[in-house]
Amino acid sequence: MSAVIDAHHDDHDHGPAKGITRWLYTTNHKDIGSMYLWFSFIMFLAGGVMALVIRAELFQPGQSFVDPHFFNQMTTMHGLVMVFGAIMPAFVGLANWMLPMMVGAPDMALPRMNNLSFWILPFASALLISTLFMEGGGPDFGWTLYAPLSTTYGPPSTTFVIFAIHLLGASSIMGAINIIATILNMRAPGMTLMKMPMFVWTWLITAYLLIAVMPVLAGAVTMMLFDIHFGTSFFDAAGGGDPVLFQHIFWFFGHPEVYIMILPAFGIVSHVIPAFSRKKLFGYDSMVYATSSIAFLSFIVWAHHMFTVGMPLAGQLFFMYATMLIAVPTGVKVFNWISTMWQGAMTFETPMLFALAFVFLFTVGGFSGVMLAIAPADYQYHDTYFVVAHFHYVLVSGALFSIFCAVYFWLPKWTGHMYSEALGKVHFWLSFIGVNIAFFPMHFSGLAGMPRRIPDYALQFANFNAWSTVGAFIFGLSQLLFLYVVIQSIRGGQKATAQVWDGAEGLEWTVPSPAPYHTFSTPPQLK
Amino acid sequence: MAQQQVDGHEIYYVPSQSKVPVWLAFGLGVMLYGVASWMNSLQTGQHGHEIMMLVGFLIVAIALYKWFAAVIVENHAGLNSSQVKRSYVWGMGWFIFSEVMFFAAFFGALFYIRFFALTWLGGGGEKAITGEYLWPDFSPDWATGAVNPHPQFAGPDGTFAAPSLTNWGAYLPFYNTVILLSSSVTIHVAHTALKEGNRRKLILWLGITIALAFLFMGLQIEEYVQAYRDLGLTMDSGIYGSTFFLLTGFHGFHVALGTFMLIIMLARCLKGHFTKEDHFGFEATAWYWHFVDVVWLALFLFVYVF
Repeated sequence: MSAVIDAHHDDHDHGPAKGITRWLYTTNHKDIGSMYLWFSFIMFLAGGVMALVIRAELFQPGQSFVDPHFFNQMTTMHGLVMVFGAIMPAFVGLANWMLPMMVGAPDMALPRMNNLSFWILPFASALLISTLFMEGGGPDFGWTLYAPLSTTYGPPSTTFVIFAIHLLGASSIMGAINIIATILNMRAPGMTLMKMPMFVWTWLITAYLLIAVMPVLAGAVTMMLFDIHFGTSFFDAAGGGDPVLFQHIFWFFGHPEVYIMILPAFGIVSHVIPAFSRKKLFGYDSMVYATSSIAFLSFIVWAHHMFTVGMPLAGQLFFMYATMLIAVPTGVKVFNWISTMWQGAMTFETPMLFALAFVFLFTVGGFSGVMLAIAPADYQYHDTYFVVAHFHYVLVSGALFSIFCAVYFWLPKWTGHMYSEALGKVHFWLSFIGVNIAFFPMHFSGLAGMPRRIPDYALQFANFNAWSTVGAFIFGLSQLLFLYVVIQSIRGGQKATAQVWDGAEGLEWTVPSPAPYHTFSTPPQLK
Repeated sequence: MAQQQVDGHEIYYVPSQSKVPVWLAFGLGVMLYGVASWMNSLQTGQHGHEIMMLVGFLIVAIALYKWFAAVIVENHAGLNSSQVKRSYVWGMGWFIFSEVMFFAAFFGALFYIRFFALTWLGGGGEKAITGEYLWPDFSPDWATGAVNPHPQFAGPDGTFAAPSLTNWGAYLPFYNTVILLSSSVTIHVAHTALKEGNRRKLILWLGITIALAFLFMGLQIEEYVQAYRDLGLTMDSGIYGSTFFLLTGFHGFHVALGTFMLIIMLARCLKGHFTKEDHFGFEATAWYWHFVDVVWLALFLFVYVF
């Protein structure tokens, strides 16, 4: 064992190891960050193909492309893969790459556990996706796993889905513990909490949410497992249980989960908008307090996902008002971003375009969220395409756009090369147009009453659906361009300076581009 | 050995490449694939992949052993600065918080069932219509375990609900509470002895803690035997049994894990590990032990007494 330690002293200041073992055995936050990002992109493509299967089926009314049972598996898997495989790992990848550099730390606090958090993901995803090829097919009850669809009526592969979720949860919890330990313990001297960059703040709060709610999801799927295999009756009214109990537990996890997928996005945008407006972020303190308020509120709004399930009136009123309250801190954030741009010397490089689209389209998704929060109105919207439109506006043109934004913003720091600005802009406009053609008509088809998760529909929805499908294919295919731009920037291109963007601030811009394999072995001096 | 220093700063020890994490992840994947196959084979009667379960578990066990061994060796070699040690402290603290939330899910389920679902099924409260239409004759009684509206679930003949205080002399869960609470005191005495540098006292009180832990688990097994044999209180006897066995079962599993950790700590103490100032492995185990204790206290109150 001591040989291992001795070897360490030698290779500390050298570059990465050679070959595949660099990636298998690494403890380097940049390697692990890159692996997270590539993994998430692969899952994004996998989940994207599933989305395109859904959209192809819905291109016109009637059963045209896949059978309904497979359609259900696609809607379920698309949700699970995108949430747990694409969006969350992408943010963790960005955290891995950027947090140690932003706080002036040599690496993540617990580097080996960091590698474990990553390597659990491919095995967990293999377990999850393999269910599609099992007897009886994959999960077909929606990503929300509602009992009794998932317990009494689920396919045998549900057991595998449950264990895949356990693994994904364990990975998230370990990743979150690592991030909290890094932020609380590894900041450079002088970086007080209220001097931390916004991305660090939002991730600190996100990590707290992860540790608080991923175990609750683990509890929920564990109860499912026991109901399926060991005769318990948690979700079976005949034995004194209640299927609604599942929804309560699931959404107690599920609502903080959606903020887990958006708070880091807020952090990213809070870096990009000041950089390209060449101004300091407006209202830093209020940003921190708004983020904390959103996190707190996320724990007391879960039942707005289940207004139609039959809840006491007092419950409906409480969850309705608590939900609407979230619009206040979110409004503070949007106000601050716009105020940051006010009278700024703005330029519109690709990251800024994605950040602006984020602010605009996330707000659209936020407004439809307020509409859905109104309990009496939700009776009409519930389980329609209006809901699908809402959460795709916040997750695709919200969370995902912020990830694109972050990649374009920090790519020169990672690769040492500028990406092609022209192709980046093409990617942005195709994505922006594609997203809106795909998801805006869903507001209308939803308000007109088209139910979600159904492979066929009445004729009056045909035009809206045809447009949605066209938009989805434009959006999906344009992501191949994104892949091309990234690879091009890895392979070469105009050399990036350390500063990269003249308006950007933070410790990550003080190290050369590409960032050396080890940064800040000794903490930097803060000005 | 002193920590490395540069410019007056301690170097934060970043371990070099390690084979352990990726093997651990692989082992977890194999083990859980095996467990899922085995569970499905219980229903279908087809042959599962029990061997995968065992192989996966072995890989996980070996990987964890190597991992902890590496951390101990590094610490003995003086590589861990006070800052590195703080990372471990934060890590353990937040891990325990995640465990608290895991139990919170099951307690939440218990409260929801008792105060909402069962009331409604029995024709009371705001959603009384559920009971009126579906099971008009059903009136739930949590204390006796009569909580199943449908005859397909027989329900237990009795429960472990607490008797009146004067009869606690013959009430097994009360003894279990006393035992586990005492073990929290004894581990604290052992910790104090470690901080005083009193080895004999440390080993004695750690040994007593482990003995109490085994006593607790033995009585818990006795309770399960009584439940299945005498009371008909089983996991599939309805929601009372469901909540009872999952809450006490997961707690028992955590006690077993904690006991295993205590035994490792005893072995390390016997080998002469730990110093007065540097013994976070021990302290983390003690924290974990206090945590299972607090969970039990909540269990005793909400599963047994009330």
